[in-house]
Amino acid sequence: MLDLKSIESYYGKAHILSDLSFSIGAGEVVSLLGRNGAGKTTTMKSIMQMVIPKGGSVSFLGSDITGLATHKVAKMGLGYVPEDRRIFTDLTILENLEVGRQPPRDGGYEWSVEALFELFPNLKERQKNRGKEMSGGEQQMLTIARTLMGNPKLLLLDEPSEGIAPVIIEQMAETILRLKSEGMSILLSEQNLHFARLVADRAIIIESGTKKFDATFAELDAHPDVRDAYLSV
Amino acid sequence: MALLIAQLLTGLANAAALFLVASGLSLIFGVTRIVNFAHGSFYMLGAFIGYSLMQVLPGHFWFWASVLLAGIAVGLIGVIVEICVLRPVYKAPELFQLVATFGVILVIQDLALLVWGAEDVLGPRAPGLKGIIRIMGEPVPKYDLALIAITPFVLFGLWYLLTKTRIGILVRAATQDREMVGALGVNQAWLFTGVFFLGAALAGLGGAIQLPKGGADLMMDFNILAAIFVVVVIGGMGSLPGAYVAAVLISVLNVFGVSYLPQSTLVLMFVVMAVVLMIKPYGLFGREEVAGEHGQVGEPERPIKPADARGRMIVGCLIAALALLPMFDSTFLTILITDILIFCLFAASLHFLLGLGGLVSFGHAAFFGSGAYVAALLVSHAGTPMELAFLLAPLGAGMAAVIIGWMCIRLTGVYFAMLTMAFAQLLWSLVFQWGEFTGGDDGMVDIWPAEWLSTTNAYYYFTLVVGVGAIILLRHVAHSPFGYALRASRDSERQAEATGINTKHVRWAAFAFAGAMAGVAGGLFVFSKGSVFPTELEIAKSFDGLIVVFLGGVKTLSGGVVGGASLELIKDFLTRFEFWRLSLGVLIIVVVILAPEGIVGTVRKLAEHAGWMRSKNAREVTGDE
Ligand SMILES: Nc1ncnc2c1ncn2[C@@H]1O[C@H](COP(=O)(O)OP(=O)(O)O)[C@@H](O)[C@H]1O
Ligand SMILES: [Mg+2]
Repeated sequence: MLDLKSIESYYGKAHILSDLSFSIGAGEVVSLLGRNGAGKTTTMKSIMQMVIPKGGSVSFLGSDITGLATHKVAKMGLGYVPEDRRIFTDLTILENLEVGRQPPRDGGYEWSVEALFELFPNLKERQKNRGKEMSGGEQQMLTIARTLMGNPKLLLLDEPSEGIAPVIIEQMAETILRLKSEGMSILLSEQNLHFARLVADRAIIIESGTKKFDATFAELDAHPDVRDAYLSV
Repeated sequence: MALLIAQLLTGLANAAALFLVASGLSLIFGVTRIVNFAHGSFYMLGAFIGYSLMQVLPGHFWFWASVLLAGIAVGLIGVIVEICVLRPVYKAPELFQLVATFGVILVIQDLALLVWGAEDVLGPRAPGLKGIIRIMGEPVPKYDLALIAITPFVLFGLWYLLTKTRIGILVRAATQDREMVGALGVNQAWLFTGVFFLGAALAGLGGAIQLPKGGADLMMDFNILAAIFVVVVIGGMGSLPGAYVAAVLISVLNVFGVSYLPQSTLVLMFVVMAVVLMIKPYGLFGREEVAGEHGQVGEPERPIKPADARGRMIVGCLIAALALLPMFDSTFLTILITDILIFCLFAASLHFLLGLGGLVSFGHAAFFGSGAYVAALLVSHAGTPMELAFLLAPLGAGMAAVIIGWMCIRLTGVYFAMLTMAFAQLLWSLVFQWGEFTGGDDGMVDIWPAEWLSTTNAYYYFTLVVGVGAIILLRHVAHSPFGYALRASRDSERQAEATGINTKHVRWAAFAFAGAMAGVAGGLFVFSKGSVFPTELEIAKSFDGLIVVFLGGVKTLSGGVVGGASLELIKDFLTRFEFWRLSLGVLIIVVVILAPEGIVGTVRKLAEHAGWMRSKNAREVTGDE
C-alpha cells in the first residue's frame, strides 16, 4: 500500500532522514518507534510531501507520489493526524470536521459526522464549541475525527498518546482497534511502547533518521538489547 | 438637527464605497497575509471599467449590471495578478510581497492611461435615482439612500459566505493554518486565488458604485489607498464587521470635519487611527498577531559580518571614482550623483530599521522631510546660518522620531507599519495645511548653502563626505553591541529579554537613530535643491524607500545603498520614455520574482555558486559572530 524507498529528507541543510525504507500492507497497523528527535514526525511529513524527500521515493497504492502537492497526496487517500494537533481554534467542532470532509473513494468506507460522534462521544456534546475551548484529549479526538472525514485509506497518526490522560489513552487504543477492525491501514508513531504494543502488528524502530529494526513485537521482545538501545522505556 | 441628520446620511453613503474596497483589502490580508498595495488600483479599474460599460449599456437594469460586471472584471484582473505576480512570492518573508504589489500599481497606472486617457471622466448618474429627497427639509440625493441601503446587504452577504458556506469555512481555516488545510486535501492555492478574486471584485464594485458621486480619474488609486488602510486597521485586519464600523466612523467624521473644522480633513482619519491603535493595538475587532503564526518565518538569517578586505577595496575604489568625478566636468552627472547619494543615505537609514530591527516603517519619509523642513524653517524664519541649520536638521528629525517612535514601537508587524504611516501622514498634513509657517503646497524656496559650498562641485564633495560618512556610521552601529542587541530583539524578543536586553528601548533608540540619519539626508537634500515641498514627506516617498530596501536586499547590509543607487539610476533612465511606469513596474515585479533576496542577496548567492566568494558553510566553520 505504502512504500518508502531509501528516502533522504532535509530541513534546509540539516540532513534528518537517511536511506529510510519500509512498507505497509493493506489493513496493517504498523508502529513507528523512536526517541524524541529520532525523526518520526519528519517521516510522516515526508510521506505527506510536506517535507519533500531529496532522494528516494514514496509510493502509495502503486503510484509514485514523491514531490506531489500535499493536497493531492491527501486526496489519494492518505490521512495525516499531526502530533501538535493543529485544530482550527476559531472554528467550531462541526466546522473543523467540515474542513476535513472529502468525497469517499471508490470502495472505501464513508465516514459521516454521526458515525464519528458515535466513535468520539465527547465531541458530540460539544459540537458547537470552538476548538480553543477544548481540552487536550478532546482536541486529539477532534484531529483524528477531522482526518477521518476525508475517508483515508491509510491513516498516519503522529504520537496520538502524547500529553493526554491515561483514561483517554485507553479510549484512544480502543478507537484505533475499531478502525483496524474496519480494515483501515495505520502508521502510528509512538514513544510509548506499551501503547504501540496494544494496537500494532509490527514495530519499526528509527534512530537519528535511520531504520534500526523492523519486525513483530514478539521479535522485539526476543531482542531486549534493541529495545534498550533505541527506546526509553 | 435636520442638517445633522443630512450630514450623517452623507457620511453613511460615502462609507459604502469605502467599505466595499476596504472589506476586499481586509479579506485578502486576513487569508493570504498579503498587504495588497494594488488595492487602490483595483478600485480605479472598477471605476473606469464601470464607466465604459455604462457608456454602451443604457438604462436602469444595465446600470446595475454594469456595476456588477465591473466588479467581476476587476475580480478576474485580480486573479491574473494573483497567479502571475503573487503566487511565485508567497514563500517570501512577510511584507515582501508588498513590493510586488507596488509594481502592479505602476503597471495599472500606465495601462489605465493608455486605455482611458489622462482626462478625468464624470460618472453617469444612476437612472431612476437622479433626484433628491427632502428629509426634514434637507436635500438628500436618492442615490445616497440607495448606497446606504445596499451596504448592509453586502456585509450580510459576505458574512454569510464566510460563516455559513463550506468555502467560507475553508477560507477561515486557511487563515489560521494553510498547511494543515492542504494536508486535509484542499488545494489552498485555489482558495487563495478565490479570495483574491473576491477581494479585487469588491474593490471593483466600490469603484463602479461610486461613479455617480465621484467619477473616475488616474489619481483615485493613491487617493483611496491611505483611507482604506486606515479603515482596515481601525476595524482590525481581517475583520469585515470591523471594516464596516470603521468605514462608517471615518466617513461620518469626515463629513462633519469638512463642515466644522475644514483644516482637519487631511489629518482627521489618521488621528482617529492613532487614537484607536493606542487604546486597542489590534483595531476595534482585531485579533492579536503572533509572529510566525502563519508559517512565514523565512530561512534562518545568515550572520552579518564586517566587509572583508576585498569588499573594502571595492568600496574604496568606488569612493575614489566618485571623488574624481567632478574632474570630468559634467554638471549633469554631478547633480545626478548628489541626488543618488542623498537617496542612498535615506534608504540606508530605513534599511537599518527594517533589516536590522525588523521594523517595517511605512512612514520613514517623515524624518527625511523633518530634516529638510527643520533646516528650511531655521534658515528662512530665524536667519540661521546654513552650517548650524544643517547640524540641527538631524536633531529635529531625531526628536520627531523619538516622539513618534515612543508611540509606535509598542506594536509590531503590519500594525507598526500602519501607525508609522499614520504619523507620517499627520506630519505631512501639518506641513501641507499650515501654509503661513511652512509655505503649504508652495513649499519653501531660497534655502541655499553657505558661500563656500555654493558651487555644484563643492556641494557635491560636501554630500559625498557627509553621505558616505553617515552610511559608514550606520554600518558601524550595526556591528556595535547596540546593533547586536537590535538584531537579537528582532529575532527573538523573549530570548533577548532573557539576556537582559530591554527590547522596547533598543527598538526605540534604533527608531530615533534611523530617523536622525534620515534627517541628515533631508538636510543634504534641502540645500542641494534650494527648496523643499510637502511631497518629501509623502507616503509615496516612504514607499520609494521601502521598495529600494526590499529590492536591494533586506538581509544584506549594503541592500539599502545598492537598492537606492539602482532605483535612482533606473528611474533617471526610464523616465525619459512615455510609459516609464509600466516598464518600472514590470521591472520591479520581475526582480521580486527572480531575486527574492534582493539584488545584493542574489548577486552574492550567484557569486557563492560560482565560487567567487566564501560560502555560508565556510563562514560557519570560521565561526563568525
Ligand atoms: N522545522 C525543523 N527545522 C529544523 N530541524 C527540525 C525541524 N523539525 C524537526 N527538526 C529536527 O529534526 C530531527 C527529527 O525531528 P522529528 O522528526 O520531529 O523527531 P520526532 O518526531 O521523532 O521527535 C530533530 O533533530 C529535530 O531537531
Ligand atoms: Mg514528533
